[in-house]
Order: sequence, then C-alpha cells, then structure tokens
Amino acid sequence: MEFVLLIFLPIVAALFIPFLFKRMKRIHTGWFVLAVPLVLFLYYATYIPSTMDGGHAISELQWIPSLGISFVSYIDGLSLLFSLLITGIGSLVVLYSIFYLDKNKEKLGNFYVYLLLFMSAMLGVVQSDNVISLYLFWELTSISSFLLIGYWYTRDRSRFGALKSMMITVFGGLMMLGGFVLLGIMGDTYSIRELIASAPDFVGHDYFTLALVLLLLGAFTKSAQFPFYIWLPDAMEAPTPVSAYLHSATMVKAGLYLVARFTPIFAFSEVWVWLVTGIGLLTLFWGSLFAVKQTDLKAILAFSTVSQLGLIMSLLGAGAITFHSDDAVFKFAMFAAIFHLINHATFKGSLFMIAGIVDHETGTRDIRKLGGLMSIMPVSFSVAFIGSMSMAGLPPFNGFLSKEMFLQSMVAIRQFELFQFDTWGILFPVIAWIASVFTFVYSFYFVFRTFAGKRKEGQLPQEPHEAPVGMLVSPIILGVLVVGIFFIPNLVAKWLIKPAVAAIQPNLYSQPGDIDIHVAAWHGFKSVELWLTVGVIIVGALLFISLSKWQKVYGLQPAKFSLNALYDGMMSFSEKGMNRISRFYMTGLIRTYMIYIFAFISVAVLVILFTQDAFVVDMDSFAHIGVYSVINAVILLLAVCFVLLSKTRLAAIIALGAVGYSVALFFVIFKAPDLALTQLVIETVSVALFLLAFKHLPALKDHGETVKTKMTNGIVAIGVGITVTLVALSAHSQKLIPSIAQYYKDTVKTEAGGGNIVNVILVDYRGFDTLFEIAVLSIAGIGVLGMIKLRLGRKENSDENK
Amino acid sequence: MRTNDVILQTTTKVVFFIIFLFAIHIFFAGHYTPGGGFVGGLLTTGALVLLLLAFDLKTVQKALPFNFVIVIGIGLLLALGTAAGSILFNVPFFTHAFDDFTLPLFGETSLHTAMLFDAGVYLVVVGSAMTIIQSIGGDA
Amino acid sequence: MELLMAILIGVLFTAAVYLILSRSLLKVILGTGLLSHGAHLLILTMGGLGGSAPPVLDKEATNFADPLPQALILTAIVISFGVTAFMLVLAYRTYGEHKTDNMNLMRGNDEHD
Repeated sequence: MEFVLLIFLPIVAALFIPFLFKRMKRIHTGWFVLAVPLVLFLYYATYIPSTMDGGHAISELQWIPSLGISFVSYIDGLSLLFSLLITGIGSLVVLYSIFYLDKNKEKLGNFYVYLLLFMSAMLGVVQSDNVISLYLFWELTSISSFLLIGYWYTRDRSRFGALKSMMITVFGGLMMLGGFVLLGIMGDTYSIRELIASAPDFVGHDYFTLALVLLLLGAFTKSAQFPFYIWLPDAMEAPTPVSAYLHSATMVKAGLYLVARFTPIFAFSEVWVWLVTGIGLLTLFWGSLFAVKQTDLKAILAFSTVSQLGLIMSLLGAGAITFHSDDAVFKFAMFAAIFHLINHATFKGSLFMIAGIVDHETGTRDIRKLGGLMSIMPVSFSVAFIGSMSMAGLPPFNGFLSKEMFLQSMVAIRQFELFQFDTWGILFPVIAWIASVFTFVYSFYFVFRTFAGKRKEGQLPQEPHEAPVGMLVSPIILGVLVVGIFFIPNLVAKWLIKPAVAAIQPNLYSQPGDIDIHVAAWHGFKSVELWLTVGVIIVGALLFISLSKWQKVYGLQPAKFSLNALYDGMMSFSEKGMNRISRFYMTGLIRTYMIYIFAFISVAVLVILFTQDAFVVDMDSFAHIGVYSVINAVILLLAVCFVLLSKTRLAAIIALGAVGYSVALFFVIFKAPDLALTQLVIETVSVALFLLAFKHLPALKDHGETVKTKMTNGIVAIGVGITVTLVALSAHSQKLIPSIAQYYKDTVKTEAGGGNIVNVILVDYRGFDTLFEIAVLSIAGIGVLGMIKLRLGRKENSDENK
Repeated sequence: MRTNDVILQTTTKVVFFIIFLFAIHIFFAGHYTPGGGFVGGLLTTGALVLLLLAFDLKTVQKALPFNFVIVIGIGLLLALGTAAGSILFNVPFFTHAFDDFTLPLFGETSLHTAMLFDAGVYLVVVGSAMTIIQSIGGDA
Repeated sequence: MELLMAILIGVLFTAAVYLILSRSLLKVILGTGLLSHGAHLLILTMGGLGGSAPPVLDKEATNFADPLPQALILTAIVISFGVTAFMLVLAYRTYGEHKTDNMNLMRGNDEHD
C-alpha cells in the first residue's frame, strides 16, 4: 500500500465532518473524528519492529516531477516517533474535546475540520523527505493553528493571538523556505536523504551559514524560542484541547523535529552548536523565570512550555557536539533530548487538560481566585500532582530521568574544547541549574496554588465539582504514562528513543542496537547530577515558600520594554506606513488610475519601440489613397471634433452616431461588407439605445475642470494617440509570419463548405471565439436587466456596516 | 414613449416585415455571401426597435409575447449543443459537417451544421439586444 | 492610405482618452464608444488595407482583402455594443442612485477600505 496517502487521510475525513455535524445532531461529532487518529496510531505502531532494527520505509507520490517536487513519506525512527506522538496525543485530545466542547453550543463542524487539517499537515511535516513539500505542510500547520486559535472568533483576544502566531510562524516559515532553496542549490536535490548524504561537501560553501541561519529561524519561530516565543502565550486563547495538542505536544515540536532532522547536515558548523545550544538555554532560563510571574493557569503552562522547548533545543545543540568529538560523555545529550521530548508530551499534555478541567468546572483560570480544590477534585489533583512533579524533575516520575540526563549533558559541555567552549562552557551548567530551580518553583506554584491551601469562597464564578469521567480519561492515561515510563525507561528507549537517535546521529550509530546508553534512576552518591538535583529541591523549596515576598519584583519591568511591546510597535508601524504609502498614490479616483494605465502604456510601448528598433515604416506596402477615403476621413474627423466640443448631450450622442456611420463607410471602402452591414445596424440600434436612456442621463457639465487638469488629460491623451499611430504603422510594416488568409482561401470551400470567409471563420474555424463572445453578450444583457430590475431593497439596508 | 403618429405606425407595419424578411434572408445567405447570424440578429433587433418607436412598449410586448432572456438561453444552448454534438460522432468538439442534398422545391441545397450554430448566435444576439432595449425602455 | 488611417486612429484614441479622463460620467461613456471605433480601425489597418475584392469566394476575384481581421472586428463590434449598453446603464443607474455625475465625487469612502 502507498502509505504516503495516509498523510491525507485526515484531510479527506475532514470533508465529511460538516455533513456529519449537520445531519447527526444527536451524536457528538468528535466520536467520528476519534476514529481517524486512532486508526493511524495503530497503523504506524506496526512500524515499530522495523525501525527498532534500523529499518525505514519509503512511499512516494509524484507532484511536480519536472521540478523535483514530490510527496514522499519517509518513515524512520525519528519520523515514526513524531507520527506516533501526533496520532496518539491526537486521539486523547479528540476524546477529551468530546467532553470539553458542548455539542449544542459550539461550532464543532469548524473545529474538527481545522483539527483534522492540522493532523494531516503535521504528519506531512514529520514524514516528508522532500523539503518543498515539507515547507508546504509546515505552512499548513501555521494556517490550521491560526484557525484554531481564532476558533472563538468573536473575541478580540482570540483574533489578536491568531494573527500574532500567524505573523511570526509564517515569517519563520518563509525564512526556512529560503534555507531550503539554498540547500537545494548546494546539493542539487530537494530530498533530505540525498542532502544528508552529500552534507560533508557543503561545509565552507558560500551559502552554508546563511542556509543554516534561515533554517534555524524557521525552527525557532515555530518552537517558540527566544525572542520569538511571544506568540505562544497569546495562542492560549485557543480552546484548551488545542493548546494541549498543538501548542504543547505537537506543532511547537515541529521546530525541534526540524533541528533534529537537519542535524546531520549542519552539525559540522560551529554556528549551529552555539546557536542551538545557546538560544535553547536562554529560552529555558527566560521561560522558567517568567512562568512564575503569570497568574493565568494556561499562561503558566505556556511559559513552562516555552522553557521546556528551550531545554530540548539546548540538548539537540549539545548533541551536535558528537559530530566534533568522540568523547562518550557527549553521547547522552541527543538521547536525553528525545527522551525529554516524549516525557514533555505526556506530562504537559495532562497538565493542559487539567487546566482545562479547572477552567471548565470553576469558570476561571485565574490562580489568585483558585485554591483548596484538592478535596473537591481529588482525581484532577492527583493527575496534576503527577504531571507537576514530573515537570519539576522529581522521582518517581519520567521527568526526573530526562532531567538528570539533561544536567549530566550540560555538565559534560565543560569538557568540550573547540569553538571557545573551554572559556564559556562553565556558563552552561550554571544557567541550566538556575533554570531548573525556577522550573521547580513554577511546577509547585501551578499545582499547589490551585489545589492546596484555603478555598476562596465567593471568588469562583461557578460552584466547583469534579469533572465528568470522560473528561478525566485522557489526562489519567497520560498520568499513568508519566509514572509508567519511569519504571520501564529502557523498554521505551529500545522501542522509540534509540531508533530516533540513530536517525539523527548516523555518524555514530549504523543501527539503533549500537547505542549503549542505559537509563537508570540511581547513579550512586558520586554522580554530580544527584547533588545538582538535591540543590534544586532545597533552593526551589525555599523560593516557593517565600514566593509571595519576591513575586512583586516582576512588576518592576516596564511594559514598554517588553518583546510584546516591540511586536505591537512593529505591527502598527508597518500598518500605518503601508497605509501612508498606498494613500499616496491610491486616490480613489478612477481618473488617477486611468492616467497611470494610459501613461504607462504609452511610455512602455514607446520605449520598447525605439530601444528595440521595432519602429519601421515601409512606405512601399501602403495602399493608394482614394478620393472617397479622404472625404470620409474628413467627415470622421469633423464628427470626432463634434463629440469633443458639443455642449449638449443630444448633439454629442448624434455626433457619436456620425462617427460610427463613417467608420461603417470605411468598412465599405476597405472591402468588408460584413463589417459594414453590422456596423450600420449596430450604430442604429446604439443611437436608439442612447435616446431611450436619454431621460435618465445627466446633462453635460465639466464640473469645474481647471485648465491644468485639462492640460494633463490632453497630454496623456496625445501620448496614447501617438503611441497607437506608431504601433499601427510598424505593425503593418513588418509581418514576421505570413498571414493565415491564404489557408482560409484555399480550404473554405473544401473543408468548410462555405463561400463567405468571414462568416466561416466565425462559425467554423474560430467557432470557440464566437461561442464565448455570445456568452459575453448574454452576460451583458442579463447584467443590464439585473441592474434595472433588481433593486435589492437598498433603501432600508444601504450599508451593511451600520 | 406614447406616440400617436398614424403615418409612422402604418408605415412601420409594412416596413417591419420587409426588414424582418431581409434579416432572415441575410442570415441564411451568410455562409456564401455577406451576412450571417450577427447581422441577421441585429437587423431583426433593428426592426423590433422600429416597432417600439412607433408603438409603445406594452403593445409590442403584447404582440410579441417572448421573454427575451429565455431566447438568450435557447440560443446559447443551441450553439453549445451544436458544438458539443460532434462529440457524439467521435470527432473533436466543434467539428462541423455539411453535405449537398437535392430537396424538392429548393433544388440543389447544401445543409450545414454551422447553420445551426449560427442560428444560436442569431437568437443570442436578438435576445440580448432586446433584453437590453426593453429593460432600458421599461425603466421608468 | 495606411498612413492616413494611422493618423486618424491616433486622433480617435486621443479624443477617446481625453473624454475618458474627464469628470463627466456621460463623457466617459462617449469616450469608450470612440475607443472601440478606434480599436476596430486599428485592427483593420494593422492587417493591411489592400485587396480589391471582399473575402467572398468568387470566380473572378483573386486579390481578396484579409478575412481574419474582419472576423475579429465583427466579434469586437458586437461585444462593444454589449459593453457600451452595460456601461450606459451602469452610468445612469449610478447617476440615479448618487444624484451626481461628477467622477471626482465617486470614490469609495474610507470606511470601506
């Protein structure tokens, strides 16, 4: 089976959703949707045995073969891991949304269409082997994210957040496209596998560093790295299932995927190691610091997501060091990155769902109004506790294991000696440790301020109670995984992590079995990580206890100097600036636009005529001048002057008719009887038409045109006139190809059985033209009828904005 | 547009038929001598306009109870149908066929599918032009 | 002959553009009418004005006028009739609705940007 088609399964399913939503009112649409990710999850799970042995599968669908663009589904350890995350978390989120979104109040048709669209796009991103189709899917995730954030489109904040995320991620996507194109130029292929194969040749290429930076811009904007993270907190306006799915578990990890996927190409570069590790660590620190400032439950989680994404990013950067050093201590980083990526998806997904439950059951997400919910919502509390403790990096939860490996990797960086790491390397473990402390603080802050302490009576909009069972199923499954992975880390490693790591570091491992990393919870008292963790717990606990005393410090940062203010300023500046520029030449007057058009035509044509030596007059080919023609020309000129100068509309209309009749006479002179007949009748009917409409027409006034505007009009008009004259002469004088007329003459009797060549051309040789022409004529006729007969109650409802 | 001109009205009754017959002649002659669907259609329209000028809109509508929008539709269908009909005979879209026949009364005549197409053009031209004129004329 | 016609066409276009650029709605309509006449003659002139017989098969005639421009113009004439009628009605309906025929006053308001 061509499994590349499965990428499109969700989009195809989305086609049916609106019908199901309309027709099957009694059943929540989500139940139908649930089947899609579930089937895909089970299907992709069958690939685990193959990738465990280092195998991969390819399925290809040609799209634009001439440009080397195709849809390729390439399933190896890395893309399989992401595909399982997308479909697995996807199933849980859809299940959760069935209880979260009311089937009678919400526009479920829209919601699930967007969600399925996203699912296809995301699968496409992680499975595409062709960078161009990867880019296509990448932007599709941005668009579906935009639609989902703006799902409650009547809210200002939703629309603002949707636009912000779109602006930033699409900007990054375009940069990334630039990087892809540069890669394509360097490697002469758009296939990622082939690019990786020829990667060593790229080092030192002129475009190499530029392509690297552009690609990282794409990854950093998508994965909300500093300073682009500002869109993620605003994206929390989306319904909570969306936040859990897109903005913590999958879409924001697309950037991580991109970095991981392109590590074998770019890891040879010093810039790559510095940027990925440095920005990642900075984001980790920044996000954890500001998470403590937040008072909205989802905002805390948003900043914690930013921070955790930074953590994984820095690990990916540290993992790239293995391309420069063979020392075994660096090998942990990449493993830790993938491990933490899985763990983060489990605990953060469950925490988002709990935040949604709290919001749903109490009516608020403001942590200052919450408290003491532990006794009312014991199940939710348990799941939240498990998730938070895992996030804080405590045993016996999976976060502890990956956090230990993270600290271990950061400590190991000190031993790296290239690229000035021997000077600055010490900063890495220090920043990592401080960030871990804050991570500890916000984890406790989140769970204990919500569930522990005293209940604040009367502050909650609703009487709180435990969530329905269906809503709890998904977070409980994730909570069980959080605990479960702690006890069977090496099994998970064998199934999922090692195949993915082997795909990222083909230089180290030829197959997943070569990876000799064993995860253990206990490394003995001599291990540095253990004491770092103990330090985190002690300092973190002290800070959490004294939180109320120092949280005010955050208020010192003036709003003017935040990144958000910078974004807002840039947006309003560009909007105003663009408006000013377009106002400058878009006057709203048809005359102005007409002048642009006519002036451009004459200038462009004249310049080309004379620069390309196209202007040729061949006097010999001219026909002789007849007496009748001269007389008729004089009549025509006089009539034109009458049209121009007449003061009354009746005179102008009659003069226009005179012009038409003299044109008809020209047709007679030039041996065109069909044209002459048609023109004569048309002119008669037209004059009748003008006279019929006469009473409706305004009088001829010049509306106070000044001499200056008349001069301008005159100059433009004369310019066009001269241009047309010259074009007529040179077009007549040089025939690049012989006229087709001879063919018509030879075949009109034999092929078409006619005698009047003009008519035969119309109905036979060029019948298509005529068919479309009568269609246009009908449209004009019906248009006239419409304008006159249908006056759509405009009196009552003249402006829809009012 | 209420006129009460006896001479004009009486003349019109005769002239209308002359123009109309001429239009039909020009239409049929179109394939061999100047003329065809466009000119024929426009001449017919001219004849109808003359009627409109001599009598008023209501009288003409009573005498010729066509809905000209439907005439447009029939014309378009006829033209498109002629063009598409060739597909049925497994030749490309818009292939015309013709042959010579000996008919009683007319003698040696050639029949041509292009004529059908031209008839479509004729109807569309009459329909559109009359739709336009009637709409404008009827606009109070 | 072609030179004379080319100049004539130039004049027609000049007059047409001048009218189209004016402020009066009716003049714009008149301008489009002139423009289509100019265009028809332009096509005819570009094809060449020679030929001593109309493009109809005949026993004696051998020097036909070029039939292709004529066929193109025939189409154009009918289309321009339709367009002129459409413009005419558009113009007078606009005049009826807005009570002005001053092109300077007919511009979208800022609310609808």
